[in-house]
Amino acid sequence: MNGTPRDKRMTIDEVVASLEDGMTIGIGGWGPRRKPMALVRAILRSDLKDLTIVSWGGADVGLLARAGKIRKLVYAFVSLDTVPLEPNFQKARQEKSIPEIVELDEGMFQTGLLAASQRLPFLPMRAGLGSDILVNNPHIKTVASPYADEDGNVEDLVAVPALRLDVALVHLNRADQHGNATYLGPDPFFDDLFAMAAERTYVTCEQVVDTAGLTVDTPVQRLLLNRMMVTGVVETPNGAHFTNCAPDYERDEKFQKAYAAAAKDDESWTRFEERFLSGDEAAYQDAVREFHDEEQTR
Amino acid sequence: MTDFTRAEVCATAIADAFKDDGEIFGSPMGMLPMLGVRLAKLTSNPDLVLSDGESLFLGGVPPLFAKADVVEGWIPFRRVFDVVAYGKRHVMMGATQVDRHGNQNISAIGDFAQPKRQLLGSRGAPGNTVNNRTSYWVPKHSDRVFVEEVDIVSGVGPKRAREAGVGAAKYNDIHRIVTNLAVFDVLGADDTVRLLSVHPGVTVDDVVAATGFDLAVEGDVPETRTPTAEELTLIREVLDPRTLRDREVPPVEAVAS
Repeated sequence: MNGTPRDKRMTIDEVVASLEDGMTIGIGGWGPRRKPMALVRAILRSDLKDLTIVSWGGADVGLLARAGKIRKLVYAFVSLDTVPLEPNFQKARQEKSIPEIVELDEGMFQTGLLAASQRLPFLPMRAGLGSDILVNNPHIKTVASPYADEDGNVEDLVAVPALRLDVALVHLNRADQHGNATYLGPDPFFDDLFAMAAERTYVTCEQVVDTAGLTVDTPVQRLLLNRMMVTGVVETPNGAHFTNCAPDYERDEKFQKAYAAAAKDDESWTRFEERFLSGDEAAYQDAVREFHDEEQTR
Repeated sequence: MTDFTRAEVCATAIADAFKDDGEIFGSPMGMLPMLGVRLAKLTSNPDLVLSDGESLFLGGVPPLFAKADVVEGWIPFRRVFDVVAYGKRHVMMGATQVDRHGNQNISAIGDFAQPKRQLLGSRGAPGNTVNNRTSYWVPKHSDRVFVEEVDIVSGVGPKRAREAGVGAAKYNDIHRIVTNLAVFDVLGADDTVRLLSVHPGVTVDDVVAATGFDLAVEGDVPETRTPTAEELTLIREVLDPRTLRDREVPPVEAVAS
């Protein structure tokens, strides 16, 4: 052989087939931004159940909650930004349909992933002290600093437990077939941390290019994922829809509005599911195109 | 004389909350806070560091929702967390509930296990309030917002911070609460919310009546200062020519009619 690393390309369905009931799955991106939505949709179509979902949440959480896939949810917020309150998440919480809830501060969430990525049991931070995060999560303990501060006080800090993941799902702009991947938008979010906190990471991307192509017109600092962090690569054009994936595309606000409106009652949700979520990814993308054609002729 | 609107009074009151901050990251959540912070940078505190609310530090001071002109830095979400812990930040958050001790709730209304109304989640409020200066903006002051005890403590007030120990209290700094009626701090007796000033056209009784807890009121409460001619020009012609501010705080006359 010539030292070429292995080809990790696979299909969405192969990724989902490798997942198991009860797994802890971290979903990258942030709120309504660069979410691996094609994989989320594939999970919706699968028989997977009892998942623990770890996400700075957007419609990924809303959709999985509405489909009854979540046994335990770890989040700091769930929001669509322009629609501040995610309707399917709201419904699930208010109906108590997710058995176990872990609400964290959004910075604690990063610290938990960092601890997992460094194979530490916890990392200390202030966030959470005095708040109901610690009341509602009695499993989260504090730890006394072994060092006195400048005034001789011993500070108790939150020992944020490692957020270990079985699997991380992330969506980036470009990847090569080996799993090296770049983000081209303004924010890397935390996809590298998700990857390093997980046993296995699957990256979907707008386009698979050859390795040299990753940096041909892109600064090397944009290489967020190295292949040693990645198990599988899937090319899923428009795969973050309807979240944004700048600069490839912005958030689909019209569609998001339709999603949020449909979530309001069972009848309209059933229609939404039938129209958009009953087929495979190609059928979804076709239905979205048709949706926009209709919107234009209105 | 009312040649200024309530929203404009709110904008200058918010700007005043940031005037003594020096060279730190002014981090507004919501439209009026964004307007107020930008106004502060153009008037009382040109050293403030502003972002586009996404991932860029702005060199200039663009109008509300305009694209950045000059970029002076990179502030993706991961670096926001770094700056929170670093401490050089003053965030003005929203608040669905605020209680007598200055605790804030944006998580959910009702019982946490099965809320009557699920809100955003606690977001960064727990971390903000024990790390960097935090203020709150309430566009619609009422006894549904200002309650005796919040249902869920997202943002930590000074009393709870002290009770949680020095690690929590050390950097707890709840600075101002600005509403459509008045301005407050949390320096009342026993670390409680205290009325600092009432906006022009609002009485102390109005504020007390719209507040669901025993508000600390000390002596004669002054009127919130009125915007200067320069500030009005900046608000109306530079920062918010489309009068978006009136959507968040409608002109008072329009409310009465």
